[in-house]
Amino acid sequence: MSETALAGQKSPTARNLIAALQLDTRFLGMIGAFIVLCLIFNVFTDGRFLTPRNVFNLTIQTVSVAIMATGMVFVIVTRHIDLSVGSVLATIAAVMAVVQTDVLPDILGLGHPANWLLAILAGVVVGVVIGAFQGWMIGYLGIPAFIVTLGGLLVWRNVAWFITSGQTIGPLDETFTMIGGIGGTMGETGSWVFGIVAVAAALWLQVTSRRRKASHGFPVKPIWAETTMAVITSVAILGFVWILNSYDIPRARLQRIFEASGETLPEGLTMGYGIPYSVVLLIVVAIVMTVVAQRTRLGRYIFATGGNPDAAELSGINTRLLTVKVFAIMGGLAALAAAVAAARLGFSTNDIGTLDELRVIAAAVIGGTALAGGVGTIYGAILGALIMQSLQSGMAMVGVDAPLQNIVVGTVLVLAVLVDIIYRKRTGD
Amino acid sequence: MTTPLVELKDMCIAFGGVHAVDHVSVDLYPGEVVGLLGHNGAGKSTLIKMLSGAYKADAGEIRINGKEVQIHSPRDARAHNIETIYQTLALADNLDAASNLFLGRELTSPLGFVDDDAMEAETRKIMGRLNPNFSKFHAPVKALSGGQRQSVAIARAVYFNAKILIMDEPTAALGVHETQMVAELIEELKKQGLGIFLISHDIHDVFQLCDRIAVMKNGQLVGTARTGDVTDDDVLGMIILGKCPAGAVPGPGAFVEDVPAG
Repeated sequence: MSETALAGQKSPTARNLIAALQLDTRFLGMIGAFIVLCLIFNVFTDGRFLTPRNVFNLTIQTVSVAIMATGMVFVIVTRHIDLSVGSVLATIAAVMAVVQTDVLPDILGLGHPANWLLAILAGVVVGVVIGAFQGWMIGYLGIPAFIVTLGGLLVWRNVAWFITSGQTIGPLDETFTMIGGIGGTMGETGSWVFGIVAVAAALWLQVTSRRRKASHGFPVKPIWAETTMAVITSVAILGFVWILNSYDIPRARLQRIFEASGETLPEGLTMGYGIPYSVVLLIVVAIVMTVVAQRTRLGRYIFATGGNPDAAELSGINTRLLTVKVFAIMGGLAALAAAVAAARLGFSTNDIGTLDELRVIAAAVIGGTALAGGVGTIYGAILGALIMQSLQSGMAMVGVDAPLQNIVVGTVLVLAVLVDIIYRKRTGD
Repeated sequence: MTTPLVELKDMCIAFGGVHAVDHVSVDLYPGEVVGLLGHNGAGKSTLIKMLSGAYKADAGEIRINGKEVQIHSPRDARAHNIETIYQTLALADNLDAASNLFLGRELTSPLGFVDDDAMEAETRKIMGRLNPNFSKFHAPVKALSGGQRQSVAIARAVYFNAKILIMDEPTAALGVHETQMVAELIEELKKQGLGIFLISHDIHDVFQLCDRIAVMKNGQLVGTARTGDVTDDDVLGMIILGKCPAGAVPGPGAFVEDVPAG
């Protein structure tokens, strides 16, 4: 009560409002830029950009890069770089494709229900091993990450070539392709349930965090600020579900689904796609990575090492082993991204993931990860990936020439970092 | 006298043929402050880094409470209750005070997650004792003043019940008021029976704070003395010329005059 009264006495300027809500102003700026970008594209495409269909497509196109961007945050925070992720993705996609089309059918039989899972597991193991190996060369042999992963960029792209003998491998397992996006979604009811559970979890987190702070006697946000945050979060989650549910499955496809189960499609029935499984995977990755970053020793040491490697070492942190772990995580995430990318295509091709390293680094950097180390957020990197993808597909929809598209993307990357530098100087963070 | 808290015996370390520390022996008793003096490059910091686990000695023996111990890493040193406050402060600039205070020894919840709130509560408690004016608990430490940063570094050493404290130029970056704060803190810790190695350039500080001094030159020990037995000029002579005055116990690095006086 007294807190509310106190907050009410202040003049309600924008600065006070943001301070009371304890929002990350930098992240707010990015969201603002993203919204402006979407509105501009929406005008230039005569309203085609902000349709449920395009939002759905944007989300599934972003997933693969966004998953890797969360790992790149850790790599860049520890003052390293990983140029090999696109090529590692190709090697893992090749491994997963060969495992599910060549190896497992001989052992378990074609179409065995465990094939997709075993293929992904094999890919994750390969990814973690490749990542740990590169991390070992960086941490223990002292070769700069730039060089190790530049070599990796060439090596793994062509290891993929060897594994597949240069062929495109497919078609992939039917269950496996469900992780790719449009091939596997939760449906309308499932999505609403997912959304409601997510809202409940978010509210529960907010309440417990406030209680814990209060029990230690720390200052807490005024009630109105908590309520505002809760409303914003809930509306955002449910709005997202609503948009994805509004994208209807085309009638012809629906008819095929009904015919497959021996029924006829009732007249006038429509069904929305709902949340794709790939997006659920991204959400799970984002939550796990955020928890690792903020609430585990590993995460604390990653940020401490990035902020001051000597201090970390003198505090008894094994920074070499930490480097191995960070790159192993990056490798494991590249494997999940490879599963999504290959499943989305339905094949594993030689050029899968080409230039992904640049998209991933750009996403992390636009998302506020500082190349000097020590600073970066998981949610920022995901928003960065979304901004990059929106730019690219927005320009394609408007009909901007292909060379000009890349010129714009490159320019935006440099400008984003410049704005960030100016922002940091101003605010003194 | 009682057993020394720390005995460093015949410590040696060389970097690429340079004997940075050459057969140096010093000791430290409980409730005592020993000042380590010498020019830049005399080997003071290197000697102390062997005790704090940052460097591994080539030869020599470290005894804690009379028992020989092996110190190969900062973790080993901490296990023997040796805490170090480095000249460069060794703080992670991007983290807040609590994260720095508990760096490497985080408090965790029963599920193994880092418990930030508990660490902040502990930090507020100890800072309330050391530096009651400290209020920026959520800012990264790079946003703090030199004195505030120093109090975080000291809090880190004090919180974990150090028995042996190593302070490398603790007042170099501080203003008058903050230096006074550090001096009072050292007095307080002495009363609690800690042994403190103090590396300093400031002779005034040394005479004010230390019970004994040990002077190094070119990696060797010139000599040790009680601060009551020598004068400022004597100490300067030891640092600059390596000349051991009458009140001091000469070490292997003491300058021997070619022609005996008289």
